[in-house]
Amino acid sequence: MGHDRARVALSVRASAPAAELRETVIEPSGGVTSRDLTDFWQYRELLWFLIWRDIKVRYKQTVLGAVWALIQPLATTVVFSLSFGRMVNMSSDGLPYPLFALAGLVPWNYFAAAVNAGSSALIGNQQLISKVYFPRIIIPLAAVLTPLVDFAIGLALLVAALFWFGIVPSPHMLWIAIFMLLAVATAAAVSLWVSALSVQYRDIRYALPFIIQFGLFASPVAYPTSAIAPGWRGVFALNPLTGVIEGFRSALVGAPTVTSTVWLSGVAVVVLFVGGLVYFFRVQGTLADQI
Amino acid sequence: MDGIAIRAQAIGKRYRIAHAGRTQGSGMIRDAIANAARLPFRVARRAVFRRGRAEPTWPSHEEFWALRDVTFDVAHGERVGIIGRNGAGKSTLLKILSRVTTPTNGRAVVRGRMASLLEVGTGFHPELTGRENILLNGAILGMKRREIFARFDEIVAFAEVDRFLDTPVKFYSSGMYVRLAFAVAAHLDPDILVIDEVLAVGDAAFQKKCLRKMNSVSRSDGRTLLFVTHNLSLLEAICDRAYLLSEGRVVSSGRTSDVVRAYLTSTSAAGHSARVRSDALRWIGIVNASQLTALRSDSDITMQFEVATGDRDLDGLDIDVAVHNAKDEIVVHAMSRVVGPPLKLTRHTHTVVSYTIKSPKLLPGEYYVSVYAADHERTLLWVEGVPAFTVTAESYFGVLEVISGIKSPIVPEFEMSLTDLAGAGR
Repeated sequence: MGHDRARVALSVRASAPAAELRETVIEPSGGVTSRDLTDFWQYRELLWFLIWRDIKVRYKQTVLGAVWALIQPLATTVVFSLSFGRMVNMSSDGLPYPLFALAGLVPWNYFAAAVNAGSSALIGNQQLISKVYFPRIIIPLAAVLTPLVDFAIGLALLVAALFWFGIVPSPHMLWIAIFMLLAVATAAAVSLWVSALSVQYRDIRYALPFIIQFGLFASPVAYPTSAIAPGWRGVFALNPLTGVIEGFRSALVGAPTVTSTVWLSGVAVVVLFVGGLVYFFRVQGTLADQI
Repeated sequence: MDGIAIRAQAIGKRYRIAHAGRTQGSGMIRDAIANAARLPFRVARRAVFRRGRAEPTWPSHEEFWALRDVTFDVAHGERVGIIGRNGAGKSTLLKILSRVTTPTNGRAVVRGRMASLLEVGTGFHPELTGRENILLNGAILGMKRREIFARFDEIVAFAEVDRFLDTPVKFYSSGMYVRLAFAVAAHLDPDILVIDEVLAVGDAAFQKKCLRKMNSVSRSDGRTLLFVTHNLSLLEAICDRAYLLSEGRVVSSGRTSDVVRAYLTSTSAAGHSARVRSDALRWIGIVNASQLTALRSDSDITMQFEVATGDRDLDGLDIDVAVHNAKDEIVVHAMSRVVGPPLKLTRHTHTVVSYTIKSPKLLPGEYYVSVYAADHERTLLWVEGVPAFTVTAESYFGVLEVISGIKSPIVPEFEMSLTDLAGAGR
């Protein structure tokens, strides 16, 4: 009976007239072509499906589920408040130190999670890559976008903390979206580079956790930029996260001052991102051979 | 290019293989950095000594062409087979046509949506339910959301998993898993269907169903079928036309039956190929070939072959032999481990390994052996397709003609009788 049903299913389709058939040209891979862009558009739904998959899978096997997205920043805030706030007595630009630290940790945690997932995304999906065609860039992009769910939970926590400390959020908080865009672009740029490079050079994977940990202290998460000697601030601004975190924090309490730090960070991201795109598209055609 | 579904023009694919069995991909960045650091010195030295053009050299890589100059056309609605020995380039060709990887040179044009069943179950996630996996897998294979929803019920019906739709697929039996995976791929509604040995999956009934689906796919609404297989009788049953690949080139094309014949003659002439070669254990050859030219089906077969050790003693050695028929199906697999303890060989010696297979009852035809040897750590020797012996036609059960209708690779002795139940009280 199953057979009969299948047969019915088959005869539904009438063959399309030959003129409507999409033509696919297969050629040696080179740089970015307009074909890559139309392809990406064709497959845009896959991006959402992969994000949806990662979120589903992530919460399926956990007891606490979304609670983890709260525990992580909270616990680190407590540690930072005790060490930097109490012991070192770090300045915090007028904010209560715990709030200051949390406001830095929420965007930082997003960035760290996104880079971590994005960078290992190609290797983690090698079965997919070696068997099916789709624009490869979807994989690191999906991995970079998925942690935004945890970010949203962290943001809710941050808003609650603002009220706790007696600060009423202003409409200026909408600026956060701009700074998060910068954070997503940074994470995507790093992920494009690292994910593609790590297919060829597997030892990058071992360096990455170390680099991310280093990044936590090279970015103004636990300390304000004002604590840095003025001569060094330009160098710090080259780290895109400096602009993201600084802007993010200032948007919580009023109109953010878009300083030269933010502009410099923005330029650094664009350069990194465009370079990452070019590199990624150059190697994507033969990723399946190396993975 | 009216009426053409696939046109491949001078497709070539080059792989770079690292020595010591490592592929280019698993290199270490420290090597690359070291190489890059040495490069300026190398360039400078060449510039100073004017020894030709300075080119970056990557001494640890070797080139290998998996495909060379492959040109062919497939018309709409045609059913075309591709055959060739392992390593002939079939899978590489399919990967290029399905865009998994790009060719090194040449160009191909594919008209219409192509779906390849070599990706059955790709992207299935064990934690997700059947329902969720159908959506995900459909999207991965390039279906639009509305297409997936439109065919959802058909897919579920075809896979016969309705009751388990909301169970994570990690709890599925392997049969259910494969059925669901195949169902999604089969409902992709492709204009061109590519099938690579997929029929090795599932139980017999499901295979039959898949086969019927494949046949109807092209027969009923003029879709194109590209079929890659080792199963030559299946190929002859399904395909109108075939291409024979050998060492990355098209060596024969035309009617399926002609190409199959060309394939069978080429494999017997080709001699053996070494999959794994090492200095520790070398293959010398079959030493009693003259006794193996005309064997009877029911006689014992004794094969003696010579191997030579290198400059170390070997311990804990297994030496296995597989006998293949002309269709490359394994009909006998004999493992030394089964009949005795692991073997020892002394360095710098030649040894004759003797295998006697007792009355294997093989069908008449040419037979080939593969020999495989490994110690605790690694494979030392693996040769394939060594022409070994011939079994001559003779009478079975006193009737010669019976042979042509036998589907199995061996003909065991059997008996049959009838018992009349009429007198048993019915």
